[in-house]
Amino acid sequence: MREGTPLVEMRDMNVSFGGVHAVRDVSIDLYPGEILGLVGGNGAGKSTLVKTLSGAQKADSGQIYIDGKPVSITSPRDAKALGVETIYQTLALAENIDAPANMFLGRELTSRWGNLDDGAMEDAARKVMGRLNPAFENFKVPVESLSGGQRQAVAIAKAVQFNARIMIMDEPTAALGPAETEQVRALMRQLKQEGIGIILISHDIHDVFDLADRISVMLQGRLVGTVDRKDVTMDEVLAMIIIGKLPEEVTTTELEQLHG
Amino acid sequence: MAITEETKSTAAQPAAPPRRRGVRGLIRTLEVDTRLLSMVAALLVIWIGFHILSGGTFLTPRNLWNLSVQTSVVAIMATGMVLIIVSRNIDLSVGSMLGVVAMVMALLQAEILPDILGFGHPAIWIIALVAGVVVGALIGLFQGFIVAYVGVPAFIVTLGGLLVWRGFAWASASGRTVAPMDRTFQLLGGGSRGTIGGTASWIVAGLACLGIVYVLLNGRRQRRRFGFNLRPIWAEVTIGAIGSASVLAAVWFLNRYYMPENVARAYAEDNGIAWPEGGLDIPLGLAIPVLIAIGTAIVMTFVANRRRFGRYVFAIGGNPEAAALGGIKTLRTTMMTFMLMGALVGVASAVQVARLNAATSGLGTLAELYVIAAAVIGGTSFAGGIGTIPGAVLGALVMQSLQSGMVLLGVDAPLQDIVVGIVLVAAVSVDVYFRRRAER
Repeated sequence: MREGTPLVEMRDMNVSFGGVHAVRDVSIDLYPGEILGLVGGNGAGKSTLVKTLSGAQKADSGQIYIDGKPVSITSPRDAKALGVETIYQTLALAENIDAPANMFLGRELTSRWGNLDDGAMEDAARKVMGRLNPAFENFKVPVESLSGGQRQAVAIAKAVQFNARIMIMDEPTAALGPAETEQVRALMRQLKQEGIGIILISHDIHDVFDLADRISVMLQGRLVGTVDRKDVTMDEVLAMIIIGKLPEEVTTTELEQLHG
Repeated sequence: MAITEETKSTAAQPAAPPRRRGVRGLIRTLEVDTRLLSMVAALLVIWIGFHILSGGTFLTPRNLWNLSVQTSVVAIMATGMVLIIVSRNIDLSVGSMLGVVAMVMALLQAEILPDILGFGHPAIWIIALVAGVVVGALIGLFQGFIVAYVGVPAFIVTLGGLLVWRGFAWASASGRTVAPMDRTFQLLGGGSRGTIGGTASWIVAGLACLGIVYVLLNGRRQRRRFGFNLRPIWAEVTIGAIGSASVLAAVWFLNRYYMPENVARAYAEDNGIAWPEGGLDIPLGLAIPVLIAIGTAIVMTFVANRRRFGRYVFAIGGNPEAAALGGIKTLRTTMMTFMLMGALVGVASAVQVARLNAATSGLGTLAELYVIAAAVIGGTSFAGGIGTIPGAVLGALVMQSLQSGMVLLGVDAPLQDIVVGIVLVAAVSVDVYFRRRAER
């Protein structure tokens, strides 16, 4: 299924904060219509790595290629112009304004004289939301009064609205109940079918096994390795996350100790 | 694909909302801001209370006319303070800024420009006014730069500004009172000359009514364009009727405040009108500073609701990280709110100086407190992200009503301060209480 040019290629990325080397020489890639699971413990550097792609964090060194062409991403605006949309763990919604205003935040539709065209924004929001979550009706209230699942839907609708080709999802189901989680998973499969590449960051190994085509594992800022989901067991991935050994390196005793 | 418990509608376009009954249903259908409505109610209670306590001297054309003029200065600045507080900042320096800008305008008119252009030159008032607004904007820009780009908390920057600009106000004229102002400039302050007269006031009222109708029609057209729910016709008509009736009633009432006899006599002489036995009742009409304040409030409401800048200010107040991730230039936006505040201080300062026909180095002392109080009483939240311009104007009116009512009742100055302070805290307490309850 992986052929041609990768949608995204991140090569030898490095990020440090003061003395802490948060990301060291990490290289990953992502193909169209693929979900890449990015896993690792707390402080493994997953979020920092993808922030260099979404423009929220400057890399110290390394090169990002999109469609095979080297690009420079120094701000969220750059990333969006390249079709990279990010759905943050914290959802990055302004709680005090309504769903359409949040979806178009920073990219408002305007009428003549540059005045905000709230009608057009609400209309577009209704159209996208009609596809993703037809039950959604609260277009006129501040998003703080919405449920976790509804907010997640707003965040995803925002990315879809702007024709994202590359979607970064940071713990998209962390705050959701089982039914809402299933809804978001269905949504991700739908996006994948539309040819969108998704980088899924998650603590939840079940989430990753259920959705991802490939899994990249990070530990203490380094990439342990990238494996095909079909070729590995959940325990082997756990071993990569916890002791940083690839499936071919890990011993049976070590695998057993994981459950001890 | 049900993501939530909501199952009532599955269509992308909404079905007609269910009919609701009672006052709450009525308010919902009319889509009016309940917070604003309760503020208007509170204001009416204050007015009627003072009217009764003062033995019928509060709700008189004369008193309300004066009240409208006295409210203008604080109201103009409060519209800017709303945006500052909404974006989680504060400006403590507005009173001192008002003082130094007043000095700039006064010195230009009374000492510098007459020497260059000649006394009474028609451009003097324009140059002075523009200079005042520009100086205000530059001071605001400077403070905003330090807040946004240097990263010093706004409280500290503007606390420093409070001292610095007051110092400049003193130093610029060695503490002297500078007077008099240009004759045209004085019109900005109201007074018996600075009004537009009865007929023009009715014209303004008529235009305001047309404006209300236009806003309603435009809103309806926008909703129809996308097939959204329309408000029932009776609701539109009710809102239009209440709005227009309020405007007309206000102008009718204020137009019953007539020129004092000596002014009326001069006016009659100038216009060749014979002076009748019982004197002449010539309405002063709306005061120019009141028109400036109303105009400012309309422009600022537009900026807050219909411009990107306003949307960004609210987004920053709601979630600064989300705003930054959305690609909004948050630092620049923050700096601009301070610049806008400075420009509005310039306008307010012009009104104040014109009204006094002089600038003193202590002008505007403590104004920051009234401006912040007006914004806060008007529903602006220090947590950020919440506040409205009309609310702040109403807040200014509430504060001024309390003060002028207590003056009418002969309440001592210290007691006035005590009451105003208590009302400020009480108003915010009530607001916080209802907001908490709404969250549950």
